Amino acid sequence: MSQTAYHPRWHRKPMSVWWWLEKPAYARFVLREISSVFVALFAGLTLLHVQALREGPDGHARFVEWLRRPGVLALDAVILAFVLLHAFTWFHLAARAVALRFMGRRVPDGAIVAGNYAAFLVASAVVAFFLTRG
Amino acid sequence: MQRLTPFLWLLFSAGGTVAAFLYPVHVALLGLAFPLGLLSPAGFEAERALLGHPIARLYLFAFVSLPLFHWAHRFRYTLYDGLQVKHLTPLIVVLCYGSALAGTVACAWMLWSFPR
Amino acid sequence: MPESVTLVVTRYRPEQEGEPTTQSYEVPFRKEWVVLDALNHVKDRLDGSLSYRWSCRMGVCGSCGMMVNGEPKLTCGAFLSEFLPGPIRVEPLRSFPVIRDLVVDIGDFLKKLRSVRPWLVREREKPLEEGEFRQTPEQLDAFKPFSMCINCLLCYSACPIYGLEPSFVGPAAIALAQRYNMDSRDQGAAVRHDVLSGKGGIWECTFVGECSEVCPKHVDPARAIQQYKLTGVLRSLLSLGGGR
Repeated sequence: MSQTAYHPRWHRKPMSVWWWLEKPAYARFVLREISSVFVALFAGLTLLHVQALREGPDGHARFVEWLRRPGVLALDAVILAFVLLHAFTWFHLAARAVALRFMGRRVPDGAIVAGNYAAFLVASAVVAFFLTRG
Repeated sequence: MQRLTPFLWLLFSAGGTVAAFLYPVHVALLGLAFPLGLLSPAGFEAERALLGHPIARLYLFAFVSLPLFHWAHRFRYTLYDGLQVKHLTPLIVVLCYGSALAGTVACAWMLWSFPR
Repeated sequence: MPESVTLVVTRYRPEQEGEPTTQSYEVPFRKEWVVLDALNHVKDRLDGSLSYRWSCRMGVCGSCGMMVNGEPKLTCGAFLSEFLPGPIRVEPLRSFPVIRDLVVDIGDFLKKLRSVRPWLVREREKPLEEGEFRQTPEQLDAFKPFSMCINCLLCYSACPIYGLEPSFVGPAAIALAQRYNMDSRDQGAAVRHDVLSGKGGIWECTFVGECSEVCPKHVDPARAIQQYKLTGVLRSLLSLGGGR
């Protein structure tokens, strides 16, 4: 709140732990922040994947089977949802953080956001090329 | 700790960027498309061969490590703002960045010692 | 269109109560009336004891900021028709200590604003004989939105970090620091850096972004803060190398 000197007759309302439920914008913000947990989870999943590759064809096959379990699939669906939330909010936030000038004029936010989405599509296509058969 | 914050934020930013551009496709493929049979994975041999390249290892290292630090920094502030536990700062710092560091070290070791 | 609308207004009279209460007033509904008009009607006709701040009634002085149905607003720009059918909740600006009724103390903000040195800092004053400062439209464009701040403090009420972290200097102060950092005539970025990059500075901000959403003058303080995060990091990196 503030560092104003204590005044006995001024009223200060303490901030509730549930402050983030008071406005949809706050709830959306917290959801956005929580997405980082699912990012970390997938980083961990990637480590499991690398470990499975190190163990040879049997270890890898076991890992691939594990990924087919309904519980794991459900978790991955949730991870995908949050990772997409992270990506799309990030593309818009990043546009506000940079002040780009091109040929003497300020690059509008919309252009930066569009550039981000374009780069995202290209990067995804390249990764898909390397990870899929054919 | 205060002096470290700008650099921790830089790590957070780098990790967030990696996660934003690269995680969705990896999750969609590895977590859903491949297990559900919608697309065919490259397969064990191809993936092993790919990881033989130092560039692929570098990619994977950045892919795992930077987003872990992104999570660590963001989660630390989520705990401050959400649960109002700023008085537990030393514990939170160790848990968050410590986990990220542990993941980073594990990843580095796994990739360094990956069989050719 | 209804004939009247109810206002539910926070009252706090420290000489007679320990906690704020509310009082309902029925005011005429006019489609061109704003919440401030309704409050003035209350003060003039219904209850002269109600205390609140206002001045220009046209959105340039920043005095009449209050919470209307939970959102920080300039009451001179909040039309009653937006809040039909009512009742309309009018509360003092959030995250500031309440002195009386709808009047809050803003001393904390003023102290923090001063700390960022919101004026042109020059290593050497330019004497008159050297002529005027010249600025291109692009140079003006770099800081103009940040100069539009009227210190209304709606952004402080919207910012959850300001509510949670006592040392946070807040959106308007940082936007105004940037207004000067980005001004081509200013040479004070180094002296502002410690306040901006230290405890209570930009690093407390987690880019909730509500400050920019509620700003009535489109200052976009969130942008100012995020932009300084990048510059701030570079400056911190340079200072590691011994430079300043």
